Amino acid sequence: MQERKDLSDSQINRDLLWPVLSTPLWFWGLLLGLGGVVAVAGGAVGWWMNRGPGVAGINRPIMWELLIITFVFWVGISHAGVMLSAILRLTQAEWRRPMVRAAEVLTVFSLATAAMFPLFHSGRPWRTMYWVFPYDFSRGIWPNVRSPLVWDPSAIFTYLTGSALFVLITLLPDLAVLRDRTTGIPHKIYSILSLGWRGTPRQWKLQTLAGILLSALILPVFVSVHSIVSWDFGMAISVEGWHTTVFAPYFVIGAVHSGVAAVVTMMAVMRWLFRWEDYIRAEHFDAIGRLLIVVALAWFFFFALEFIFSLYLREPQEVAMRQLQVFEWPFNMLFILFILTAFFIPVPLWLFRKVRRNVALMFWTSILVNIGMWLERFLIIVPGLARKQAFTFDWSAYRPSPIEMLIVIGSFALVCLGLLVFSKIFPLVPVNEAKEGQVLKADIQVGKRKVPAIVREH
Amino acid sequence: MAERGVLGLFSDVESAANAGTALREAGIEFEVLSGSPYPEGAFSEHTPPHRLYVFPFLGALCGFSVAILLTAGTQLAYPLVTGGKPVLSIPPMAIITYEGTMLGAILFTVLGVVFESRLPRPIVGLYDKRITEGWIGLLVVGEEGLLGPAERILRQHGAVEVKRG
Repeated sequence: MQERKDLSDSQINRDLLWPVLSTPLWFWGLLLGLGGVVAVAGGAVGWWMNRGPGVAGINRPIMWELLIITFVFWVGISHAGVMLSAILRLTQAEWRRPMVRAAEVLTVFSLATAAMFPLFHSGRPWRTMYWVFPYDFSRGIWPNVRSPLVWDPSAIFTYLTGSALFVLITLLPDLAVLRDRTTGIPHKIYSILSLGWRGTPRQWKLQTLAGILLSALILPVFVSVHSIVSWDFGMAISVEGWHTTVFAPYFVIGAVHSGVAAVVTMMAVMRWLFRWEDYIRAEHFDAIGRLLIVVALAWFFFFALEFIFSLYLREPQEVAMRQLQVFEWPFNMLFILFILTAFFIPVPLWLFRKVRRNVALMFWTSILVNIGMWLERFLIIVPGLARKQAFTFDWSAYRPSPIEMLIVIGSFALVCLGLLVFSKIFPLVPVNEAKEGQVLKADIQVGKRKVPAIVREH
Repeated sequence: MAERGVLGLFSDVESAANAGTALREAGIEFEVLSGSPYPEGAFSEHTPPHRLYVFPFLGALCGFSVAILLTAGTQLAYPLVTGGKPVLSIPPMAIITYEGTMLGAILFTVLGVVFESRLPRPIVGLYDKRITEGWIGLLVVGEEGLLGPAERILRQHGAVEVKRG
């Protein structure tokens, strides 16, 4: 990286560990604010449990509401994290260093949040024990492994476990740094958590290998998870708009699009909150902006394919559903908003280097992408279900209830709260990665210019 | 039991590398402790081979077996014939088996990393907090007769501090 500053190890420790070792006033403000929102959302969940799913705006045949839309949204966000980290680790991209952990942690919190939604949606979460976990041996009742609703938990469980372990194993060296910088009870806790790490060449080598091996293992899982989420829809063959054959890759690339944008949002927030200008630099936004252009174009290709495939046969039902989705109020307004925010506003902007290197602009465009991608899930689920039945008297409108909206808002607060608490306990930028970047940095003279020569170990 | 050893602390990489080479030439085995990864062999250290690559395969095998047992067992325990098709439905079995295989591989890889890193290590032993501030530690563990010459070499090559333990 050409804009890297020369920093000593102690300077890196000071810069990256200050959110853990000291507590600014804004931290408590944020904690209280986010905690309050989560508590209100928890109350809404309690109300839902007490009164049943009738408190939602569901109306036959639209029985999947904001909770399922937001479930798909959060699973999508969770994808970018480990995907981005895995690809950058596997390709040994130098610009991965400040963002890998944030991306991985975002995965864990968003996936854990996503996993709650189907449980809340069921209205009686404790009854899910009968159909997913644990098996009800005594009555001889078994979950139907032929149902995508059983595939989904198996995929999400694998991905969540893998991502959480990935974060934990790569945290070990940083936990040792914290162990050495703390006293009293925190020192004891970090000593236990760091497992006696000392930083021998063997341990460092295995850390590098763990990053590569786990990346290689988690990448296919990441593809499978959102494919399986798409099959939650794709297997319901009676619903128009839900079963084109490109649904799985379309969902996966959509997840990557929204997830990478979420990582950009997080990078900007981290840079502003923790004053990490020396670590999360304009060149990182530039690099991820280029990646976003590629991802957005791929996503748009699949989006167009999905539309073309569904219209190609000219089946009246399918055409009618598309008409509802694109031309009828209020979906037409949402559709325009979706396509503008997910693609036509951000992508042309990202083509300009000045925009990609402008943190504020990258932050706002990444927010736009996620507004668009949330609307995309809404436009897949609601219009599709609205025309599920052949008889017109079963066609219905859906209006989200305040309870649903509170739960959805609470989920955003919950993910932010999780990240905030994590940043208070663990460093969000890997300290050892930042130090390694300094170790492997060397300049070589080419004519009259000095350029960085990155040394890599295989 | 605390290990008997000597730890030389260096504030710069060059001196540590020279001391490592000298220890090597004197036939003294040592371990490098650092706060960030350095290219392999930077300190003339000897890194014993590892068997990490075996772990994911073992894990995948275990995960695959458990997933097959679970999916096949479930369907056979409550046989539900649908449309005259076989009770064991391969496509959904493949999906869950795939997830099980990957989960097993991931779990075992993590276990492998911990095991091969020789962790957890309840007693850190001879160590210095300045190592995570960028200092390099060269640690020699052994009998008293070996520690004397090792300490001399460490001091000769610019160790800022030498600790005995």
